[in-house]
Amino acid sequence: MNGTAVTPAAPAPGAWEELVTAALLGTERRTPPGVTPGPEAPAALLDAAAVETVRRRAGLRPARAAERPRPAPEDARPPLPAAAARRLAMLLADRPGTGGGGRRGTTPDLMELLPQWLATANARGFAAPPQVLPALLDAARGRTDLRPAALTFAGPRAVWLARLNPDWRFALRATPGGGTALPSPEDTARIQRLWEEGLFAERVALLAAIRAREPAAARELLATSWATERAEDRLMFLDSLRTGLGPDDEPFLEQALADRSRNVRATAAELLSALPDSALAARMAVRAGACVAVDRTRDTPAVVVEAPHECDTGMERDGVVPKPPAGRGERSWWFGQLVEATPLGVWPGRLGGRTPQEIVALPVADDWQSELHAAWCRAAVRQRDAAWARALLGLPAAPEAGGPGAVSLAERAKLLGTLGSAERAEWVAGFIATHGLSEAFQLLGVCAVPWAAPLGRAVVDALNIARDAGSYPWSFSGVMGLAERCLDPSAAGRLDGLLAVPDEGEDASPGAGGYWAEAFQRLVTTLRLRAAMQEELGVVQLPGPSGV
Amino acid sequence: MTQQGVRWTADQVLALAPDAASRKAGSKLGAAGPWSEAGSTDEGTVWGLCKGSGSKPYQTVIDIADAAGPAYKCSCPSRKFPCKHALGLLLLWAGGDGAVPPGQVPDWAEQWTEGRRKRAEDKRTAGAPGSSSGSGDPEAARRRAERRAVRITAGATELEQRLADLLRGGLAGAEQAGYGLWEETAARMIDAQAPGLAARVRELGAIPSSGPGWPVRLLEECALLHLLDQGWLRRERLPDGLAATVRSRIGLSGAADGPPVRDRWLVLAQYDTADARLTTRRIWLYGAESGRTALLLSYGAAGRAPEIALPVGLALEAEVSAYPGAGQQRAALGEQFAAPAPVGIRPPGVPTDVAAARYGEALRDDPWLDSVPVTLDRVVPTPDGDSWQLADVDGDSALPLSPAARSRPGLWRLVALSGGAPVKVFGECGHRGFTPLTAWPEGAGEAVPLC
Repeated sequence: MNGTAVTPAAPAPGAWEELVTAALLGTERRTPPGVTPGPEAPAALLDAAAVETVRRRAGLRPARAAERPRPAPEDARPPLPAAAARRLAMLLADRPGTGGGGRRGTTPDLMELLPQWLATANARGFAAPPQVLPALLDAARGRTDLRPAALTFAGPRAVWLARLNPDWRFALRATPGGGTALPSPEDTARIQRLWEEGLFAERVALLAAIRAREPAAARELLATSWATERAEDRLMFLDSLRTGLGPDDEPFLEQALADRSRNVRATAAELLSALPDSALAARMAVRAGACVAVDRTRDTPAVVVEAPHECDTGMERDGVVPKPPAGRGERSWWFGQLVEATPLGVWPGRLGGRTPQEIVALPVADDWQSELHAAWCRAAVRQRDAAWARALLGLPAAPEAGGPGAVSLAERAKLLGTLGSAERAEWVAGFIATHGLSEAFQLLGVCAVPWAAPLGRAVVDALNIARDAGSYPWSFSGVMGLAERCLDPSAAGRLDGLLAVPDEGEDASPGAGGYWAEAFQRLVTTLRLRAAMQEELGVVQLPGPSGV
Repeated sequence: MTQQGVRWTADQVLALAPDAASRKAGSKLGAAGPWSEAGSTDEGTVWGLCKGSGSKPYQTVIDIADAAGPAYKCSCPSRKFPCKHALGLLLLWAGGDGAVPPGQVPDWAEQWTEGRRKRAEDKRTAGAPGSSSGSGDPEAARRRAERRAVRITAGATELEQRLADLLRGGLAGAEQAGYGLWEETAARMIDAQAPGLAARVRELGAIPSSGPGWPVRLLEECALLHLLDQGWLRRERLPDGLAATVRSRIGLSGAADGPPVRDRWLVLAQYDTADARLTTRRIWLYGAESGRTALLLSYGAAGRAPEIALPVGLALEAEVSAYPGAGQQRAALGEQFAAPAPVGIRPPGVPTDVAAARYGEALRDDPWLDSVPVTLDRVVPTPDGDSWQLADVDGDSALPLSPAARSRPGLWRLVALSGGAPVKVFGECGHRGFTPLTAWPEGAGEAVPLC
């Protein structure tokens, strides 16, 4: 107990200080009161100091209490089951990093399971055990992708803690208003004050929260201060209208088309084009319609494209960017933007009453196909049009890896995002069955977790084929890692046959069989671990699908 | 004795790890993947085969029934103890998800456990702990002790001279003299067979570089060292208890020949301190019936965990015998009647002023005491400038945390556990402040280790 905090009983004030001073200078130069100078002086000084030291220590009293911290807000969620709490401690003990760079062997990568564990715990609505919060915050500090789920699980006490430890300041930033609750919808005065006086992050959070609750109220709030906001802020605020976008937003967005900032104008145009009934969408439809037609004079009907010759002020006002990026012709650049912003619903009428499938199947004259189809892909994603996405994706088993319309894997992944999760899984399963795993990683990334049964089967079968083909498992480490995290745990039973080390074929890579067995063992172990994790968190397991 | 259903927590298992690397390696092996033919019995044997890099799996077997902490055997070449395989297997067992089912002990595991238990049995029948076996001729032992006392007396006299020289010239000079002088003096004390004096001398060397206020601390420690020298030189005139304390502080440990106290001993805290040569493990026990607090000390060579390991929150039915010396907490573990098992009991606590007074009173018996074990009841971890204190929830008294405790991660576990509400905290209370070691939430909940 140091210095100021403690007041030892001191009957002879200053006696101790005298002793310290004499000891520092040496008894040759100075002796404290009561000690006679001479050869015995050091021993006498030490005698006196020993008495003082023990007396000072024996007389220690508690210090005056500082102002106690305000108690952390109550966490009303039910406590974590004991087994789940142990599991969490184990997952967190795996920090930091993984394995130290070595081969992973058959043991699961625990840290990789933490996101899933947190998601499940959050879905079940459990409260975090308080004593793990420091480890949890440290983990989230190192991995930004963990933060939202970790902070949700950590709950109000983590925000309380973060105020006391600067290392965890990120938790305050991530929580709107540093954890102070947003005003309730009825509290209009507080809302207005926070909107006018709050920090930028607080205002964005406020707007997003209101938008999620009551879209019109958020728009009206934004309109009150729109004219005085800075351009960067206007852009961010406008972006939050994406949530709950509807026809009611059109007048406000139309007005934003005349904004001083080009980025704001472009965003407003993009939002309007996602509203098929907006005036902007209609104007774009007229422009794009003038560029695309079906040529019936040929033997087989074909789509002909006549790209715009100029970008007029009307187009520019509607968000068309006049200057193309380097390497692109300006006419095709303008054309792409027009088609992208045109409601997909106008094309069947414009192109002879055909369905999206039939339209996509039409040949396109003069090398315009990739430009036109790419623009339709962007439109389908923006307008979340599943019928067009389906048409553009084509059949997953189509011979040219990619189907008729979609150009790149990235575009296909985005198109898949517009489909329902079952349809998505089925399409990717079909794709893998035909094309294997080498291009599947990105597509698997958009599938819902845990993978639906047909998709899981397709992945396991494809891994099995890859093994039999004699390649090394690390060529598939990305998919393997995904499978560990995303396969339905009930699929573990079907992997049993793959755990043994197979006989080495003639054209197999040396030792590959052993590595594959190891990789499958890790996969199975991880799946079992995930099943255990789920069970500990009270998730009821469905009986696994029997057989392949 | 039945162990059924009593499994340890992952924390308790990980507390056995000799270092952080083993902890990590062990937790990676705490999954079913590499294990085969694993099993356990209600008598406390856990075994399994772990696939390593070689063709032959490692055979790992653990006997958790031993009250001195689990015993391990593994066919791997690691010199860590316990090795990662033993930790992994225990984690798997602690996880309790059916990966280590009850079963019949395989032969290779049974051989080892049988041999072990037989040896332990032999030792017990050979003689009670403490009665030094094989000391042979008591006359020779007496002569040896006399010779050692003479050497210590010479060492203490020499040390007195050095302290007098230091005080004559002034402590200000000590800052320049540096570490070498003290190292040399410490070596002289080792020669004099007074390890207690040597350790204190070595600590003196570090004080001048320990930051503001060092002259006060250096004078305090010099004075207490002088007091110990004088205590030794006049030990015949001291009361028996105090003389025993002086002997033990000098480094003549003596045998733990206090009367054995049988009790249910709750493990309050376990922590290691290490220097270049030695790892020292301290385990605090609390007797549920006797209300006594006892300290078990064990040692391991650097890099190896001391053999005895008792995870916090377990209790063991055992006898404990005190070492000699007034005010000494140190004890030795004697006969154990049941394996350690988790319990829900907590030690009773006191407010901060009583804790401070306890330290003061303990100095009457042992003026060299740095701290006493205390459980604080209903205190709130409270920030106080750059530091922290434990404040009574009622009243306005608080104990500041010791400098060492302020920089440990355990501080944040304590703060998180409290959340501004009162908690029960066991720790060491002394002149440097309070060092929290274990905490309990006010409501239901397990003990949370802080060290």
